[in-house]
Amino acid sequence: MTSSKQALAQSASSADAAPGSQPGAARRAHGRGTPPPGPDSWRSRLYRWDMKASPYAFIAPFFIFFGAFGLVPLLYTAWYSLHNVQLSNLDQQTWVGLDNYKNLMSSDFFWGALQNTFTIGVISTVPQLIMAIGIAHLLNYKLRGSTMWRVVMLTPYATSVAAATLVFVLLYSWDGGMINWLLGFVGVDPVNWRESTWGSQFAVSSIVIWRWTGYNALIYLAAMQAIPSDLYESAALDGAGRWQQFRHVTIPMLRPTILFTVVVSTIGATQLFGEPLLFGGASGSKGGSEHQYQTLGLYMYDQGWIIGNLGKASAIAWTMFLILLIVAAVNLLITRRLRKSQ
Amino acid sequence: MTTSELTPPQVQDAAEKSGPGGTGRRRLLGAGKQLHAGPVTYVVLAVFALVSLAPLLWTVVAASRTNQRLAETPPPLWIGGNLFKNLEAAWNEAALGTAMLNSTIVAGTITVGTVLFSTLAGFAFAKLRFRFSSLLLLLTIGTMMIPPQLAVVPLYLWMSELGWSNQLQTVILPTLVSAFGTFFMRQYLVQALPSELIEAARVDGASSLRVVWHVVFPAARPAMAVLGLLTFVMAWNDFLWPIIALNQQNPTVQVALNSLGTGYVPDQAVIMAGALLGTLPLLIAFLLFGKQIVGGIMQGAIKG
Repeated sequence: MTSSKQALAQSASSADAAPGSQPGAARRAHGRGTPPPGPDSWRSRLYRWDMKASPYAFIAPFFIFFGAFGLVPLLYTAWYSLHNVQLSNLDQQTWVGLDNYKNLMSSDFFWGALQNTFTIGVISTVPQLIMAIGIAHLLNYKLRGSTMWRVVMLTPYATSVAAATLVFVLLYSWDGGMINWLLGFVGVDPVNWRESTWGSQFAVSSIVIWRWTGYNALIYLAAMQAIPSDLYESAALDGAGRWQQFRHVTIPMLRPTILFTVVVSTIGATQLFGEPLLFGGASGSKGGSEHQYQTLGLYMYDQGWIIGNLGKASAIAWTMFLILLIVAAVNLLITRRLRKSQ
Repeated sequence: MTTSELTPPQVQDAAEKSGPGGTGRRRLLGAGKQLHAGPVTYVVLAVFALVSLAPLLWTVVAASRTNQRLAETPPPLWIGGNLFKNLEAAWNEAALGTAMLNSTIVAGTITVGTVLFSTLAGFAFAKLRFRFSSLLLLLTIGTMMIPPQLAVVPLYLWMSELGWSNQLQTVILPTLVSAFGTFFMRQYLVQALPSELIEAARVDGASSLRVVWHVVFPAARPAMAVLGLLTFVMAWNDFLWPIIALNQQNPTVQVALNSLGTGYVPDQAVIMAGALLGTLPLLIAFLLFGKQIVGGIMQGAIKG
């Protein structure tokens, strides 16, 4: 704790020094307590006004920027989703009611994209989080070079979606690709990772898994380190082995963190966009020749900026948002259940 | 030992000491339960470490070969002689020089804005009493759930109306504040900044701005550094809005990589060289500040 105390001492001394360097000696003369009302009441009024207004001033930048670039666009997106807005003719926006949504509901590509998003979401999130818990458990041992291990596990996080996907495209290529070559050693025939449905969905998921497993492992590790050690001690006294301790102490104590990572990963999976876009190369926005890995995020980009139907793209965005809200509500219900059952 | 006692010194540690060493305190904190790792643990970790690093190492190999060689079986496993030629080609053909400069400006500005605004708002939420504060905090956290897709259509329309398409402020302004950052700073300041310090300054007649400058910023400095690193990484890697708002005329690194990947330059070796160049700044940052970034993610996580 010494370092934090030092920092506090530092800040304390600088705070003390601050008013002294001001020609505010009169203020100090008032002694302890807030400046009293009286002859210089303008000053105390200013002081009280400052106390009242400053919290709002401090949070204002966040809410102003969020309002201007988050909330207002969100509402406008809803508005545009009820209009026919074409990229080629931005000035003419005609009211079409729910046509864009009806259009979506009758589109096979939309349902396909929804299904792909779900499938890719599951096969990228589930193995990722399970592996992350395993890695976190190992990182929680007393290790030589523990910092180095943690940084190495996090390195994929430094790689952007674009860079990582470009590399994986090459690793997964049909001929001359590293992965098919390695599979050859164990007697597996070359897989057409781009054209086959499950192959391409697995390949796209593997990019997500590669980038995020280490990150989630660190989150679990932080939670594991916060588990009180006496829980393990009493479990050990009861004769629980390492596996039983992991199963009956670590996992239950991690439950809130697991839920948190599931929520975050679900939000991420619903928006999945860059990986499938670049995995498809030149015609990436289609998500493969059969749209086999076109996600909702990709479908929205394709409809909006490749086909040029911004109204429909807005409808897709709002549908995504509604799906996320439903997922969040379900998560909340599960959390409540878990709390009650405990 | 509770969570809250455990984390701030860790982050402080991380921000003050860079490089190896200095893990002693963390070990001591967890010493009660931490078991020594056996050889199996090291082997399994090494496998995962290899999987984490192999694609990046192989990028260097691929970037040093030719397009023809990369189409042959078996794939190359060792470095070839074309690395600098390919790097140069990627630099020139994908405008990576402009892209790196643009990304530095964009990510740098976003980092400064996010850290400053997050510290101010985080301080208000942590230490100041005002009406609706808990509701507003909840609202702030709630905004993290909104996907960026919900904003891009109107933003695109407005930016083209303003004649701002392809200009850097288009990608800076919408990302200048962060709900995550606000929450992160709030959680840190709740524990790291004793209320008595603020009161002492108040008693001396310090205005709110003075309190921020002389009390809050010094106390928040370690967390500000960590938030800055995390923000820079996120801003450098941001993808969806930049590829809509910018094109290859004035790209960020991710826009340039997107152009490479969608057939702008049909040479796999050059593409790999581009991916390598675009990632290099962050890899260097990880080499220098890896420990702080790890500490920041763990600190942010435990509160979430």
